[in-house]
Amino acid sequence: MLDVLEEKETGIKLESKIPEGPLAEKWARHKFNLKLVNPANKRKFEVIVVGTGLAGASAAAALAELGYNVKAFCFQDSPRRAHSIAAQGGINAAKNYQNDGDSIFRLFYDTIKGGDYRAREGNVHRLAEVSVNIIDQCVAQGVPFAREYGGALANRSFGGSQVSRTFYARGQTGQQLLLGAYSALSRQVANGKVKLFPRTEMLDLVIEGGKARGIITRNLITGKIESHSAHAVLLCTGGYGNVFYLSTNAMGSNVTAAWRAHKKGALFANPCFTQIHPTCIPVKGNYQSKLTLMSESLRNDGRVWVPKTKEIAEKVRKGEIKAKDIKEEDRDYFLERRYPSFGNLVPRDVASRNAKTVCDEGRGVAPTGLAVYLDFADAIKRDGKKVIEAKYGNLFEMYEKIVDDDPYETPMKIYPAVHYTMGGLWVDYNLMTNIPGLYALGEANFSDHGANRLGASALMQGLADGYFVIPYTLGDYLASIGSADKIATTHAAFKEAEQNVQNTITRMLSIKGEKTAEEFHRQLGHIMWEYCGMARNAEGLTKAKKMIQDLRREFWSNLRLSGSDLELNPALEQASRVADFIELGELMVDDALNRNESCGGHFREEYSTEDGEAKRDDENYTYVAAWQYKGPNQPEELHKEKLVFETVKLTQRSYK
Amino acid sequence: MNIALKVWRQKNSQTPGKMVDYKLSDVSPDMSFLEMFDVLNEDLSHKGEEPVAFDHDCREGICGSCSMYINGRPHGPQTGTTTCQLHMRSFNDGDTIVVEPWRARAFPVIKDLVVDRDAFDRIVQAGGYVSVNTGSAPDANEILIPRETADEAMDAAQCIGCGACVAACKNASAMLFVAAKVSHLAVLPQGQAEHQMRAERMVAQMDAEGFGACSFTGACSVECPKSISLDHIARLNREYLGAKLTSNNA
Repeated sequence: MLDVLEEKETGIKLESKIPEGPLAEKWARHKFNLKLVNPANKRKFEVIVVGTGLAGASAAAALAELGYNVKAFCFQDSPRRAHSIAAQGGINAAKNYQNDGDSIFRLFYDTIKGGDYRAREGNVHRLAEVSVNIIDQCVAQGVPFAREYGGALANRSFGGSQVSRTFYARGQTGQQLLLGAYSALSRQVANGKVKLFPRTEMLDLVIEGGKARGIITRNLITGKIESHSAHAVLLCTGGYGNVFYLSTNAMGSNVTAAWRAHKKGALFANPCFTQIHPTCIPVKGNYQSKLTLMSESLRNDGRVWVPKTKEIAEKVRKGEIKAKDIKEEDRDYFLERRYPSFGNLVPRDVASRNAKTVCDEGRGVAPTGLAVYLDFADAIKRDGKKVIEAKYGNLFEMYEKIVDDDPYETPMKIYPAVHYTMGGLWVDYNLMTNIPGLYALGEANFSDHGANRLGASALMQGLADGYFVIPYTLGDYLASIGSADKIATTHAAFKEAEQNVQNTITRMLSIKGEKTAEEFHRQLGHIMWEYCGMARNAEGLTKAKKMIQDLRREFWSNLRLSGSDLELNPALEQASRVADFIELGELMVDDALNRNESCGGHFREEYSTEDGEAKRDDENYTYVAAWQYKGPNQPEELHKEKLVFETVKLTQRSYK
Repeated sequence: MNIALKVWRQKNSQTPGKMVDYKLSDVSPDMSFLEMFDVLNEDLSHKGEEPVAFDHDCREGICGSCSMYINGRPHGPQTGTTTCQLHMRSFNDGDTIVVEPWRARAFPVIKDLVVDRDAFDRIVQAGGYVSVNTGSAPDANEILIPRETADEAMDAAQCIGCGACVAACKNASAMLFVAAKVSHLAVLPQGQAEHQMRAERMVAQMDAEGFGACSFTGACSVECPKSISLDHIARLNREYLGAKLTSNNA
């Protein structure tokens, strides 16, 4: 621990480790240059994988197949329940099966552009390269992707893309991909190469001699604090969207593993890059616990509109008239109007911001004023109800279950909601954080989506990292340290970390205040959504920072928690996660304040064009902002990784 | 709405449990069933009582975590719906709602409404996969699969592993769960190589876990939130019989 701190004092050098050479050859060259672990030696290494979503399950399975001994952890009761399961729309791959002009380069280019030029070229190109292998692998596992009558795989186009490269399994693509990875994982459990630890939550990272050595966990049933040591630790713990309280994330999705690693020295990159998804079911009441996404694929056939005038919208809100009473000439199809070439298929950040704008103008259509229509009437007229039902039947059903309204008859009401976080732990090209032996995969890292993620790319990245990147890059590290370079869980570093975890839990239980973790979480969410959500400005962010600091103080003096730590205690789990969200929230605000430009999901009102479009500042902000924790109540230190573009030319994104 | 609840409370697996009465007022019909429980738990916390433990995560009907046995039915009164997707508009003002955990020997209660479903993971580990190592797959379009076959596989593959089928069954049989996985992989060409072994091993593990026998009553399929068809049990039986007659696998 100590020597890491010393290293920090002398300053951190961020090396992206992007290989030399032409873009398309970087990954192949790099793979050749990476050291290999002899097959007979692989069994001498232990790897910890935290999280069993697409990234975690695929990494654990692929590494176990190679012969490494893997310990896989998840807080859910089964690895199959990780939140990747809820992804609906699909997974991108540059197969060009549709003969419509797709290629690895085009997928790379779309992703770089879609991310508003805030991602690394090398990483993104590699992602596009391995995308094709992912589909092959999943099909071989028995993932039942949608097919054409001739038996070939079907594709659809997805938000922000002009080619059809998205593979899907009805509206449950994430489920089917995760069950594929889970089955591969299960096979390795049966082979004795993976040991599963369900209902087990990582609460700290153990560092010794400057390297990641293992983790401290809490058994969620018995409450026991335990140590696990390994040669490397992979954090595949997903995103931090629940910092907003209301999001499309699962209730348990949290930042704790990543945040505790951050507090042990891992840099946190671009925390303010969060994605607000345009098509979610609007908020109904203050009891609301989460928001439900309606797949973006709906925008392929649905038309987004609001009434042209405030007056008509007012009547809708009061229930005096319904959507179908509004005449065609009184409707504003605002996405089609403003972006004629992309229309309803503009990227997520653009669609979300425009929905917010029209609602801010008083033209929203729900009683709260916060909703726009997504209308299928024209599509049904054009293709028939049957075709629409075949495409979106399960989504329409889900909508009806929640809202009690039939989308075949009346337009859906939608509003943006927090969905995905592009920021995350800083990693190099090998997916290793700045702490040797600590890796971050999937949504937990920051690396591939820049300031905005394109639809159907999260599943792609999770599986790319797990199946096709980490099996190569991890071997390089393990070969360099050797199998003897590991410490036992009896080591003082583990004992000290265990004690710290226990102390924090004991402290939370002893506060005995008045406010539940739920109430703190909701309050934090309001602050984040209001001041660090779809649109941000310096004044609001400064205010938010103060509010979050006050909230943190109140949390540690007024938390109400029942039950004990030595039993299943969901309230305690929640409190521990909310404590970390509060700290993360402050860093997000700092990051948003630092970035004096608008790019992707980060929209600073001061930095926009006259017609309200985002204004990037490439001269000053073409960098990754990587933040270093400096201790309690200390401002974090900013490190910059300059983004180098060798291939693409930075242009202002335009979807007009 | 005013709602009376009778909820199973059980401190842990060693302590006997009992039904406890709670009353809630101002329940909105637009609340989901679990949001109604959130409100109850916040009330309990403020009163200094311990909140009710229940499994839940995605709240979108897909992760399979939620598992409440409501008024004698797994996931409550609405067909094709998980507990998290059930809304209070399915109930009436003044109703009394009885909420229990899944009841099955193979699903021991951990606390309150939380049960241990690890048995399902062990059944999948016994053979619910295609043995293909990462990187060794042919091009995805090399093997054409008729759309009907892919659809049939998808119908089975939709299983969310919640265990409602077991809870609904008078014998606590896991046949629908096992059948869904066996059937999903048996209809696809990729699953052919291991189809017999898979059926045998998964059924053997199901029996070893203490799930009951299937008497083909069909309650499982009716209560399944993904409406998985009994046809898959017929296919499992066929696969299993075929395997027993022809293979040498134990």
